[in-house]
Amino acid sequence: MTILEVNSLTKQFGGLTANKDITMTVEEGKITAVIGPNGAGKTTFFNMITGVYQPTSGDIKLDGKSIVGLKPDEVAKKGISRTFQNIRLFGEMSVIENVLVGMHTHLKTNLLGILLNLPFTKKEEASAEKEAYRLLEYFELDHLLNEKANNLSYGAQRKLEIARALATKPKLLLLDEPAAGMNPKETRELTEVIKRMGQEFNVTVILIEHDMKLVMEISEHIVVLDHGEKIAEGNPEEIRTNPKVIEAYLGSAAVH
Amino acid sequence: MKAKLASYFSNKWLQVILFSLFIIVTSAALYFSQKSVVSFLLLLSSLLILHYMSLKNVTKWITALGLLFILIPFASSGGPAFQSYMEVATMVGIYISMALGLNIVVGMAGLLDLGFVAFFAVGAYSYSIFATKQASNFMPFGNFPLGGESFWGFLIIGGIMAAIAGVLIGVPVLRVKGDYLAIVTLGFGEIIRIIFNNADRPINITNGAMGIASVTPPEIFGITLSFPNQFYFVTLFILMFTIFAVLRLEHSKLGRSWKAVRENEIAAQAMGIPLVKTKLLAFALGASFSGIMGVVFAAKQAFIDPTSFTLMESFTILVMVVLGGMGSVPGVILGAAVITILNLQVLTELTNWLNQLSLSGALSIPDALSPAKMQKFIFGALLVVFALYRPKGLIPAKNKIFDVKKLKDHRPDHLNNDTEKDSVPIDKVQV
Repeated sequence: MTILEVNSLTKQFGGLTANKDITMTVEEGKITAVIGPNGAGKTTFFNMITGVYQPTSGDIKLDGKSIVGLKPDEVAKKGISRTFQNIRLFGEMSVIENVLVGMHTHLKTNLLGILLNLPFTKKEEASAEKEAYRLLEYFELDHLLNEKANNLSYGAQRKLEIARALATKPKLLLLDEPAAGMNPKETRELTEVIKRMGQEFNVTVILIEHDMKLVMEISEHIVVLDHGEKIAEGNPEEIRTNPKVIEAYLGSAAVH
Repeated sequence: MKAKLASYFSNKWLQVILFSLFIIVTSAALYFSQKSVVSFLLLLSSLLILHYMSLKNVTKWITALGLLFILIPFASSGGPAFQSYMEVATMVGIYISMALGLNIVVGMAGLLDLGFVAFFAVGAYSYSIFATKQASNFMPFGNFPLGGESFWGFLIIGGIMAAIAGVLIGVPVLRVKGDYLAIVTLGFGEIIRIIFNNADRPINITNGAMGIASVTPPEIFGITLSFPNQFYFVTLFILMFTIFAVLRLEHSKLGRSWKAVRENEIAAQAMGIPLVKTKLLAFALGASFSGIMGVVFAAKQAFIDPTSFTLMESFTILVMVVLGGMGSVPGVILGAAVITILNLQVLTELTNWLNQLSLSGALSIPDALSPAKMQKFIFGALLVVFALYRPKGLIPAKNKIFDVKKLKDHRPDHLNNDTEKDSVPIDKVQV
């Protein structure tokens, strides 16, 4: 079943075309990777899906409904969550509070409930805290729960970003270079987590990644962008042997 | 030796004994002396000591309430300076409440607001206009001034009016960020003051620069409240409400969303937090605390005019927040108390003392150098010192500490079973 449908999506920044006429679909439950050389327009593509940028033309449909024109917080409420290429945690807040912020849209309490500390607010808060703790356990961050997010190691910060994104209970999770800056051991761990995560949290993962080993190992579908255009699409084996992809990454000399 | 001493002081009972001795000595000194600002200040500082004692939170709160409601008013009632002590304490309460309101905006939501006193003015004017004949200038119906009982209703109305003003100012202002926000709020703060200053023509609403005089004092059970010691209790009740509200907000969904917006707007939005709504709520709630105290201020002074709501007041409240520790509730309370006491008591006492010295001819200090006139200089110096040596304030903001046991042990049974079954494959990520 198709969960995300992108139709001839174009984004122009003045004279620069960052994304040109991209059409693709994402199947529910499959891990999709978006790859391409630096500056290919991958992050712009993510930013359009999450509502940070509005596309110049084209359409994005989640479960058959257009999400173009929605603000980022509205897109998040529709069930799309993301991580960021340059980590954007709430640095001065504790690890568990970061995850609790992710649960924001699922907490139904109101101002009166908060001020009077009504029973339903208390109950909701307590169960949210437990749920947040479970997420931290899953990512092996539970021993750091009261630590400030800023004080975490780079790898732990990346994991915390994924935990926070999962806390919004998304249908679709966009990971922007989740393994950037990680050492090989951390990357291997992360690969395992991403593989399992999809099923356990019932979430479809789209990721941008430069680590080809990771991409080839976990993705079921790969989309290749170059200079803002989609140049190839297919399963890992097809992508590995596609001459256009090899040309984009290694230059035309490598093909001949 | 030092370690031994430290271990003695961490002993709970020793702390309690020393603390009791301290308050007995200071309150006795205050009660029996004619006028002793030092013992009054020491007695107030017992609340700060209490904050650092290793007691249960409930015990601390009960002790603090006992000190504030019974001991402090009783101990200071001994001498002729009773009303002046209570006056200072009331002003401290008013400023703490305002600083806590500003702390929501600046400390938690990270929105630098330099025009905060405007909301205080809105609260003050909304009571003064209706509690004097002023309202009959533009309202043909109704019988003005309203009676003293209306004060209690106006506490809520003043809060709501300030919140509305907060939203009205917030809508245009929150389009800009950072330094620009500071400049725009500064402008709006002045605009509101100037509106109050000029709203005497064509219809006389605020009586302009002349101000509004003889505001009806509040009344409760037939008793008219007009002395500082009576206002002390009114302020204290409202302050307690404010502190509880702020503490609740801080660790709720709302408090977290404010902090998230402060830390990273883009990420906060990606987590489903609507930016404008969240910021407006911070503006409105912060403003309402200030508006409520505005009503109290108007009733206490019985006279208000636009000069009470100048830019300098906004800066003073901001200094309280920065000095105490942005985002830290105990810090802001301390900061507001320190600045208010410095302003109203320490500087004026120093001036009096120096005046006496120069009268007796021991020392001659030019009038221009009197401490009361150096308020701005002292604020500036304090801010520089704090920026250099204690950038996070007197009591830095702390995150809530979560108890692992509570998060683990009291898990509902069905969840526990779930994890036990699944924990082998899920829980631990093996390499």
